[in-house]
This record gives sequence, C-alpha cells and structure tokens, in this order.
Amino acid sequence: MAAPETSTAAVPTLYTNNTLRNAFGGVLSFFILLLIGVMAFSIRLFSVIKYESVIHEFDPYFNYRVTQFLAKNGIYEFWNWFDDRTWYPLGRVIGGTVYPGLTLTAGTIWWLLNSLNIPLSVETVCVFTAPIFSAFASWATFLLTKEVKGTGAGLTAAALLAMVPSYISRSVAGSYDNEAVAIFALIFTFYLYIKTLNTGSLFYATLNSIAYFYMVCSWGGYTFIINLIPMHVLLCIVTGRFSSRLYIAYAPLVVLGTLLAALVPVVGFNAVMTSEHFASFLVFIILHVVAFVYYIKGILSPKMFKVAVTLVVSVGLAVCCAVIAVLIALVASSPTKGWSGRSLSLLDPTYASKYIPIIASVSEHQPPTWPSYFMDINVLAFLVPAGIIACFSPLSDSSSFVVLYIATSVYFSGVMVRLMLVFAPAACITSGIALSQSFDVFTRSIKFQLPGISSNTEVDAAETSSATAEAQNDAVKTEKSEETSKNRPSKKSKKKEKEEKPSTKAKAEKRLLALPLDSSVISLLLLILLGAFYVVHCVWAAAEAYSAPSIVLTSRSHDGLHVFDDFREAYGWLRHNTDVDDKVASWWDYGYQTTAMANRTVIVDNNTWNNTHIATVGTAMSSPEKAAWEIFHSLDVKYVLVVFGGLVGYPSDDINKFLWMVRIGGGVFPHIKEPDYLRDGQYRIDSQATPTMLNCLMYKLSYYRFVETDGKGFDRVRQTEIGKKHFKLTHFEEVFTTHHWMVRIYKLKPPKNRIRGKTKKSKSKTSSTSSRGKRSGSGKKNPWQ
Amino acid sequence: MAREKSSKDNAQALFHSLRSAYAATPVNLKIIDLYVGFAIFTALIQVVYMASVGSFPFNSFLSGVLSCVGTAVLAVCLRIQVNKENKEFKDLPPERAFADFVLCNLVLHLVIMNFLG
Repeated sequence: MAAPETSTAAVPTLYTNNTLRNAFGGVLSFFILLLIGVMAFSIRLFSVIKYESVIHEFDPYFNYRVTQFLAKNGIYEFWNWFDDRTWYPLGRVIGGTVYPGLTLTAGTIWWLLNSLNIPLSVETVCVFTAPIFSAFASWATFLLTKEVKGTGAGLTAAALLAMVPSYISRSVAGSYDNEAVAIFALIFTFYLYIKTLNTGSLFYATLNSIAYFYMVCSWGGYTFIINLIPMHVLLCIVTGRFSSRLYIAYAPLVVLGTLLAALVPVVGFNAVMTSEHFASFLVFIILHVVAFVYYIKGILSPKMFKVAVTLVVSVGLAVCCAVIAVLIALVASSPTKGWSGRSLSLLDPTYASKYIPIIASVSEHQPPTWPSYFMDINVLAFLVPAGIIACFSPLSDSSSFVVLYIATSVYFSGVMVRLMLVFAPAACITSGIALSQSFDVFTRSIKFQLPGISSNTEVDAAETSSATAEAQNDAVKTEKSEETSKNRPSKKSKKKEKEEKPSTKAKAEKRLLALPLDSSVISLLLLILLGAFYVVHCVWAAAEAYSAPSIVLTSRSHDGLHVFDDFREAYGWLRHNTDVDDKVASWWDYGYQTTAMANRTVIVDNNTWNNTHIATVGTAMSSPEKAAWEIFHSLDVKYVLVVFGGLVGYPSDDINKFLWMVRIGGGVFPHIKEPDYLRDGQYRIDSQATPTMLNCLMYKLSYYRFVETDGKGFDRVRQTEIGKKHFKLTHFEEVFTTHHWMVRIYKLKPPKNRIRGKTKKSKSKTSSTSSRGKRSGSGKKNPWQ
Repeated sequence: MAREKSSKDNAQALFHSLRSAYAATPVNLKIIDLYVGFAIFTALIQVVYMASVGSFPFNSFLSGVLSCVGTAVLAVCLRIQVNKENKEFKDLPPERAFADFVLCNLVLHLVIMNFLG
C-alpha cells in the first residue's frame, strides 16, 4: 500500500486502521479455510463410522490392487506391468491403459508416510485419499472464486463445495476412484488459468501447464478442460476482450499442455490426433492471427492498415479455404470423424444406445432425472441463476469464464448423470458469488441505517470483495484523501480524478443499495436459514444416501440390524478353497473385486475394453447348459460365479442384468436373439417364461435348489414364483452358496472320459486352434467358423 | 489497368510503411523477433524433413517441432512483457520477465527430453 497523498489528520489512522483490518481479515479467512478443510474431510467419514474402513464399489478395487502392486514393486514395474490375471487369455497392459494420477498420488503419500515411520497400510491411505483431496478441492475453489469476485465469495464457494452432495457421492472415504483427485486437479487448473489471465505472468502459465498435466494423468475428463479453455479464449476474442494477457494465458498452455498430455501413456499420440484436441489447435491458430492483426494495426497508420486488410483478405482467403477444405476432408474420412465413442455419446446422447450397448448399459451413463438435481446440489439449483447474473455486473474475463463453465457443464450434466460431478464446482462458484453479493447488499444496508455506525469509515473486514467499497466510504468522508486499494500503487494525478468519479457515483450507489432496515434484517435471517437447510440436507445425504460401501449391505427389520457380507464371504471362499491359477467366470461387474479380493484370474472385468470377450461370456450365460459348458471349457474356466438376490430381495443381481447379457451377446453372436427370451416384451422367470429363458444357464445357476428355501420358490425381487422349480444340473456342480444365497459359485464338471456312441466330428477343417474352441453342432450355425 | 497500378502502388506504400514502422522498434525487441523467426524456421525445416522422409518415430518428430514452436511462443510472451509500449506490464521488471521465460523454457525442454525417445 503506497503512502496517501495529502496529509489530513484522519489519514495516518486511516492507514493503520486499514492495515489492521486487512490483517485481521486475512487471519480470519485463514482460520475459516482451515475449518472448511476439516469439515470437508469429516463429512465424508460417515461410511467409516457406520461400516468400516473398507474400499467401496467396484472400480476402487481395481485402483486399490494397482496401488498395492505399486507399493510392493516400485514405479518401474508398475509402469511396465502386463497383467495376466484378468481378461484371460488376453491379459491387459496396465501401464498403458490406466490413468496413473490417482495411484501415483496415493502411492506417494504412502511412501512418504512410511519413510517418516508412520506405518499406515496401503488400504488406509487409499480409503482416506478422497477426503483429503476434497479438502484441497475446497481450498482450490476458494482461490478460484477469489480471483473472480473476491475473498467473501471465495469463502462462501469453498464452504458450499465442501458439502455439496454431488461431490460427496464420488469422494466418500473408501470411494477410491479417479474423480477423488481429478476434481481437485480440475478446479486447480482453472484457478491457475484465471490467475494467469488476470496477472499476465508467465510463471503462473507454467504452473497452469503442470496442473493440466496432473489433470491428464488423473481422469479421462481432461478433455473438458482442453475444450473449455479454447472456447473461452474464442469468446474473449469475439467479445473484444483480446489482450496480451490472454495470449500469455493460452499459447504456452497449448504447446506445453499438448506435450505433457502426450507423455501420459494412456493418451499418447491421441493428444495430437483425435478430434477432441483439435479445438485447442484451431483456437491457437486463430489467436495468433488475431494477435498479429492487432500488432500490425498498432504499428501502421489507419489508412495503411486498410490497404493491408484488403490485400491480405483477397490473397489469404483463397489459401485459407484450401487449407480448411483439406482439413475437413482428413477428419471426415474416418467413420466417427475422429471422436472416441464416449465423447460422441456426450454430443449425441442417442449414439451409445444405437451403436455401443456397453456404454449404454452402465447406469452412470444414463441421463439424470429432475429430482437428482435437487438431491445433488439442493439449494444451489436456484442460487445458480442469481450467480450468473452477478457475474455480469461487472463482466470481466474471469467472470465470463465462470458463466461459460457453468453453461457447458449444465449441458453435459443433463446428458450423463456421472457428469453432475463436473457441474457441482461450477454451481458452488456461482452460488457462492450470489450469496456473497446478497450478504454484501443486506449488511451494507443495515450498516448505513443503524445509527452510530454509519459515521464509521471502516468497512467490515470480512466483507471485502471490492476496493471500491472502501473507496466510496472514505471518499465520502475525506474528499481530498487518496484511497489505495491492496494491490495497485497510486500515481499522482490520474488516480485522483478516477477516485473523485467513484465518490460521486458512490453516493448515488449508497442511496440505491440501502434497502429498508427491517426487510434487510429479515432477508439476512432468511439467507442464513437457507444455508441451514443446505447444511442439513448435505449432512443427511452424506450419512444416508452416499455412504453405502455396496460391498457390505445392511437392512433394518423388526428384529434388528441385518448385515449382508456375502460378497466378501464368497471371495474369501474362492481365495482359500481354489488353486491360485483357477479361472473364474462371472459377469463383468465383479471382475475387479474378484481379482482384488479373491486373487483369482477372471475372464472379463469392469474395464470393458473388449466387447467380443464380454459378448462371449454373455452368450454363455444365455445359452443352455451344454453350450455354455463348451464355451467356458474353451476358456479354461473352472468356476462360475453368479449373484442372486431373490432370497433377500437384493435388486442388482444377475437376473436383473440378464437383459444386457442377451443384448451384448446378441450384438456379436447372431444366434442369440432377444425375442426368444421375452414374453410380451418382458423378461419373465415365472411359469409364463419362454423355454429358452427357462433353459438358459443364468436361470439354472440362479435358481438351482432355490425351491428348497421356502418350498415354493418365491423370488423376492421379481415378486413371483419361479417357473421351473425342480431340475438338476448336468454340466455344473454347486460348490458354494453364501449365507443369504447372494453369491453362488459353481464348478465346471470335467469332460467325460469315454464318449458313448459315435464321436461327433465338427464340420470342416477346424483350423480354429484359437482359444475360442468350437461349439458342437446342434443344427445351429457354428459362429466360430 | 489503373486499378492494378494503384493496387501495386498501395502494396509498395504498405511495404514501405511496414518497414519504417518496424525499423523504429527498439533493438532488444528486434533480437527477440530474430529468435522467434529462427525457431519457426527450424520447425519448418523439421516439417519438410518429416514430409520427405516419413514420420516413423512420431514422438521424436512431435517433440522436435513442439520444442521449436514452444520456445517461439515463449519468446513472444517475453517480448510482450518486455515491450515498453505495453501499458499492462509497466510494473513488471524485465529481469523478472526473463526469469519467467527461462523457467518456462526449462520445463518445456525437460518434457521434450523425456519425450524425445
């Protein structure tokens, strides 16, 4: 802060009072931020308290297994790891197909703690990584919103993000998934971009590129950043906000960011070859053209500039058209125009259901319902429009970025429910701005109307957000004195003129913004009540809705709490009662958990990278016993695992997922026809079911001996009695069923030693020594030949 | 005919005014411009080489071209920050701008060396 201009008696005290207030405000916001971090961490601990410190769901188990491998074998082994215990017999190149950010982060934390002699296990570090990084994410939101609107808005936005249920749902303690660190990386990258845009410092541009690199390492959603930032640059150019700071913010990011993205093995050359990145290159070129035009405009006289323009336009237009035509032809020659399947399904929501059933089958990829918006962002849903309006007054580069961010993220969240997670930070930022502005208005109205306080020159330190607020108060008091804001040193005469203008404007503003005292007090109380509702809802959502580890289930009934630990029971049985090299076949949902907990080789898992392999398993599940046995035998499978919820009423069992097995299997093997399994357009397992359905492997494995439980075979999920009640299995034998019949494990019977009667030769020269084997002809066309 | 002649005159006048305006820029900026031109020229040579010989170690080609383009972009940023006519960067000492330039180049070339293969 520079020294004030004129010397009136009030000025020295003004100076010290301002520094004192700023210091007090700084300390206060530091402690508030600390508390926000603690709150973000602790609100995510409900599942650890209610259940145990265990890893949730399916995907986190894969990440946990990879982290275990990294912790045990070191980074070089991890980087070059070829996993042969999954996707048997194909295997999977882990080093090249996994986003390493999350595992490297957790591995580093584990290694650091262990080298400090704090012996935390890998599992503990993995479970608690997400809450720690959500605390970091709320601090990053504070920094980002502070750059846009000031400290008050920053603190509000940080508090909102710490609690927003949409983010909690993917980052509870135990949800060890990519989004846990990716959201922090996203917000931090945006913060550094805005900071570079506001300051024009190349140092922050470097940091921005490094943060973008961390984001690329962490999550496939990094394409959102590399398309949103060019969109914003284009918006700034088009609305006349081009400045040299924009160039410094964007151009190094493109070059350095592309290089850094190409370093990550998962992305590799996709960083320059897929359409998802072309937007950044296009805007890079446009930015250079615009910068060059401005430069020429600056050094020429206006008349000469006009001449230059006509010359360039006539010559350059032809060249430009030719280049663009070539580019379009290149991109259009590939069938999907260079976009990957997932990105295409974002732009055209009906794409996946038509062409890629696997993407359509994942429940996270469905569009969200309206109630899920209120569940996930609650009160913010109607604070967001107010925040958007607040961003427009005044409109700056950073606030235009926030508006663009929220517009695009709202669209994408409407396409896929999983992307509500990207929408949540934008909602928190805009709501924070709106809340903070309204608090500003109300408290200022109260202050100006309470007697005895309006004569005070000092503005409440916690309510900063604008130097003009101080300016207008002080300029009102002492017309001559030069107010200084925190960052800008003052120059002699120019600033004085500027200060006198805001002082007259300030008087007018003061009159406009002073609402009646009683209504502002009531409004303030109502806003606080709104915040209270939000907090209550967030805590409820964190405790009840999003804390289920889904590997352990509980239910309350009249005789107390029942715990269903069937999954771990089954995996434990597999781990202790089978050979290390035995292969286990199940639907792809359970692949990660089986490899991580049971430590057995699986055929397909959640990575779903090979559609044909999944279709093979799906076909086997939909075929009669003998055909299914043949398929499994050709894959060296020893055990088949089936999840069945009919006894206890667990709705996500394999019979409910059966329609996807049929669809995906039928998509690759045409002899599986969906209408064969449908009666009146519905999948049924009761007496009205089709014979194909009653004979398929999934039905038999799920309901074998089910009638012994209650005599009638009443399926609690489908709410009917089953169709075929008494049957024997010819090619499989049951080896284990868990306590609540939720997981059932079957063993393939070995092939008979002697074949009675004539040996059935398969048709033609079976050069199919491929591991896919052959299905014995049963009159149907052999799909392997 | 007259149109062509006048457009030719215009082109010449334009060329002269560009040249005189550019000659008035300070020497340090001209040095930076020379560096930028050299970097772009190197990148063009690499592209021509790739077009004639083929792009087999694609990562090498990418890292080579992007290092030239990258250092050119950074030099332009340095020029923007050091240019005395630029009002926004009045308070930035040129030593700080150069230090940022060096740091960013360091990061760029570290990445390049890793990616060169």
